[in-house]
Amino acid sequence: MARISVKVDGIAYEDDVEPRLLLVHYLRDRLGKTGTPIGCDTTNCGACTVLLDGRSVKSCSVLAVQADGCDVTTIEGVSSNGEWHPVQKAFHEEHALQCGYCTPGMILASIDLLKDDPDPSEDAVRQGLEGNLCRCTGYCNIVRAVRRAAQEMRVTTP
Amino acid sequence: MTEQLDAGAVAQQIREHDALDAPGGGSEVGRARRRKEDARLVTGRTQWTDNIQLPGMLHVAFLRSPMAHARITRVDTSAARTRRGVVGVFSGQDFAGEQGSLPCAWPVTADTVIPEHPPMAVTTVRYVGEAVACVVAVDRYAAADALEAIEIDYEPLEPVLDMTEALAEGGPKVHEAGNESFTWKFAGGDIEAAFHEAPVVIDRTYVQQRLIPSAMEPRAVVAQTDGDHFTLHSSTQIPHVLRVMLALTTGIPEHKLRVIAPDVGGGFGSKLQVTAEEVLCLLITRRLGKPVKWTESRSEGNMTVHHGRDQLQNIRVAADADGRIRGVQVKLLADMGAYLMLVTPGVPLLGAFMYNGVYKMDAYDFTCTGVFTNKMPTDAYRGAGRPEATYAIERLMDELAVEIGVDPMEIRRRNWIQHSEFPYTTICGLTYDSGNYEAATDRALALFGYDKLRAEQSDRRERHDPVQLGIGISTYTEMCGLAPSRVLGSLSYGAGGWEHADVRVLPTGKVEVVTGTSPHGQGHETAWSQIVADSLGVPFEDVAVLHGDTATSHKGMDTYGSRSLVVGGIAVVHACDKVKEKARQVAAHLMEASPDDVEFSEGRFRVRGTGTSQTIQEIALATFAAHNLPDGFEPRLDASATFDPENFSFPHGTHLCAVEVDTETGATAIRSYVAVDDVGNVINPLIVEGQVHGGIAQGIAQALFEEAVYDSDGNLLTTTMADYLVPSAADLPNFTTDRTETPATTNPLGVKGVGEAGTIASTPAVVNAIVDALRPHGVHDVRMPCTPERVWRTLRTGGGEPA
Ligand code: FES
Ligand code: FES
Repeated sequence: MARISVKVDGIAYEDDVEPRLLLVHYLRDRLGKTGTPIGCDTTNCGACTVLLDGRSVKSCSVLAVQADGCDVTTIEGVSSNGEWHPVQKAFHEEHALQCGYCTPGMILASIDLLKDDPDPSEDAVRQGLEGNLCRCTGYCNIVRAVRRAAQEMRVTTP
Repeated sequence: MTEQLDAGAVAQQIREHDALDAPGGGSEVGRARRRKEDARLVTGRTQWTDNIQLPGMLHVAFLRSPMAHARITRVDTSAARTRRGVVGVFSGQDFAGEQGSLPCAWPVTADTVIPEHPPMAVTTVRYVGEAVACVVAVDRYAAADALEAIEIDYEPLEPVLDMTEALAEGGPKVHEAGNESFTWKFAGGDIEAAFHEAPVVIDRTYVQQRLIPSAMEPRAVVAQTDGDHFTLHSSTQIPHVLRVMLALTTGIPEHKLRVIAPDVGGGFGSKLQVTAEEVLCLLITRRLGKPVKWTESRSEGNMTVHHGRDQLQNIRVAADADGRIRGVQVKLLADMGAYLMLVTPGVPLLGAFMYNGVYKMDAYDFTCTGVFTNKMPTDAYRGAGRPEATYAIERLMDELAVEIGVDPMEIRRRNWIQHSEFPYTTICGLTYDSGNYEAATDRALALFGYDKLRAEQSDRRERHDPVQLGIGISTYTEMCGLAPSRVLGSLSYGAGGWEHADVRVLPTGKVEVVTGTSPHGQGHETAWSQIVADSLGVPFEDVAVLHGDTATSHKGMDTYGSRSLVVGGIAVVHACDKVKEKARQVAAHLMEASPDDVEFSEGRFRVRGTGTSQTIQEIALATFAAHNLPDGFEPRLDASATFDPENFSFPHGTHLCAVEVDTETGATAIRSYVAVDDVGNVINPLIVEGQVHGGIAQGIAQALFEEAVYDSDGNLLTTTMADYLVPSAADLPNFTTDRTETPATTNPLGVKGVGEAGTIASTPAVVNAIVDALRPHGVHDVRMPCTPERVWRTLRTGGGEPA
């Protein structure tokens, strides 16, 4: 067992964990942060994407012990003061989700993408989200949503 | 019209979207309502089955067969039992007396061979991945760890992996009864006369590769019991069907079994199943008295969630010299896999009535043989039978055009059912109630810039450009809205095709709709609210839709086959009609008028010719209080309706795809994709557009990327998402979509269903485009998926007969 301290969605946790415990299982099974789903076992689908110290990672490819001392943001911590993040709003507005299973990961990957490129082209969004699979939407509306959020965020944070 | 394709500006797209949202004259139906479902999904407050944690819950892990075909000679679970955290270890033998056989509800012929299908193998394994034992432990890691301590000895048997070889005399057998499950025939008209001295006969064989449905949420099951009653949560499309089937399989009485489909992360047919794991989790919880959970890994799922397609299609067409079709003959081999699951044998039959497509002909002849192999069973996958049929006929229409020497669009126009000919009874005996192929096609051609692209194509051909342009057409129709119960009965299906709805009016005038459909991404909570809001004149926000729990929704046939709106939505309409009729009685009584003088619109009952009125909310409260109701009036406005459709519905459309194929590398890039679909009237254009987008993506995936590959020993090679290529955003283009609206005449909403249309249409559009690009090189077929390697090899070997 290893002792870790980690902040998840603004709350500090200290826990003893098996060294092999995956971050995503720590979030889901130990902390009850079930907003982050699991879609595969080979780090291909991106469903489990969270932000680790502000950058997107696939939480199924990170050990809980590697998150020691880090700040984790999951989909449950993306809204602030009850107000949805512009990316959440844009996904809703553009109908960028159907079953919604890929959505938490898509939203967090998009937030990270927009940090690097606040005005991405369609192609940049498609390339940037390559690691996140969606079986329902065919991606058109996801691309629209990310670009809409980008526009929104440029307006609100000049 | 190519500006449309280039209109990339986000602002433009947003305007287009928001224009959809403009309410049309106070009406909800037709409005691009943003979905009610989204709030929990974008904030992570979802209820996936795997989220469920119950006190004392145990975790199940399955040991799966590494052999495609073998006899189990020894099982030793003793070492596994001693592992940390292990509560129980079971093999097939431990459940042999109670596990029954997984059901097949569709014996398509009287002599269909339906082998015993034990949820956990007892004596013989017949595909890689079949469950042979399981561990029940305190957490998922402990359960997985202990699997390695189970010892099983196998005596290998020769696997059957190829359908044609399977049917040859004297080879190995999957089951004692042999490798043929059934042969089903269907015919209309005189096929011999059609082919006799026909000026043109074309004969092709197409391979429908095996696909893995790949819903993003892996399956998960939670089972619990209080010793008498059982509750099963499952990531399923069919909680109602599942409850009946599990009751029949396990012997748990139906009234003591509650099945819940909580939030379900996609299905596409793959969760239209009664699975071994669902049965076994119930048996384990019954045995141990503890709640248990099983969640599959993706690699496990790729092996053991039923696969789709896998057919070998021989299709022949006879035509006149001008290209008019005389007859079509289809001979199909359909790979059942190792067992028949819920509707395995019925899948090819759903395609049997669709090989004629949108075309007129004098004769049709269809034969399908279901073949057992040592592979995962196949079953419904988005479109189920109809994508295969559409692929074959649309590919063949292109071949016919080449043979006759006309443009492929022209050959279609010469043969399709004219708008003026509807309703039209096809050679298969189906009556297509409505359609307008000309309108959808004309709009698609304009959006696509067809003539300009053809001009560019000839230019590139003349220049011997290494990158060739190809244009693919698919003018498809499909039969959906499954299904008229009588027709299902005539096809030997084990159940009906009706759907049920309850509409409850609460004291405050809010409305609860209980639907028998079971959405898993389709947005029924939103669309049904729109329908009810219009019908009862209540605000959209005042409607809640309940579904997916047999305790709240006792009656339903669930969601598949693009049936939810066309069958389930109509049940909602009928239930609302009954509510209004009751409310009219109360309103008339309260306003001291004759019910005949009371009219209803926009939520208000008015006495004709007076200013007197009452809102439906006032009537709701008065009915709740029940102080002053008509004599003998039962104090409730609630009503139920069960709707059984009289006919299928027939969406149609024209999909056009332009590809650039690099003849030096074999790489294909989709340059533009235009889809004009006619799904009848539309409840929510945003949801319809989303369904079309997703459908197109899955159809393109079959054309270009996906294939479940088994090696010569029967091992599945594509167990991960690194090997089985579900396309990402980077792999797909933007789609230009539009609609024509020719209302269905068979239901009061005029709707046709949209869940499968995109998938059915897009695969042939893409492959037709690739073949079109390569025709100057002598290519007339490329086997799917048309990977760069396949295209490259086909170019070098010429032709394109299936390997
Ligand atoms: S679950 Fe992490 S990438 Fe698939
Ligand atoms: S919305 Fe279902 S997987 Fe993306």
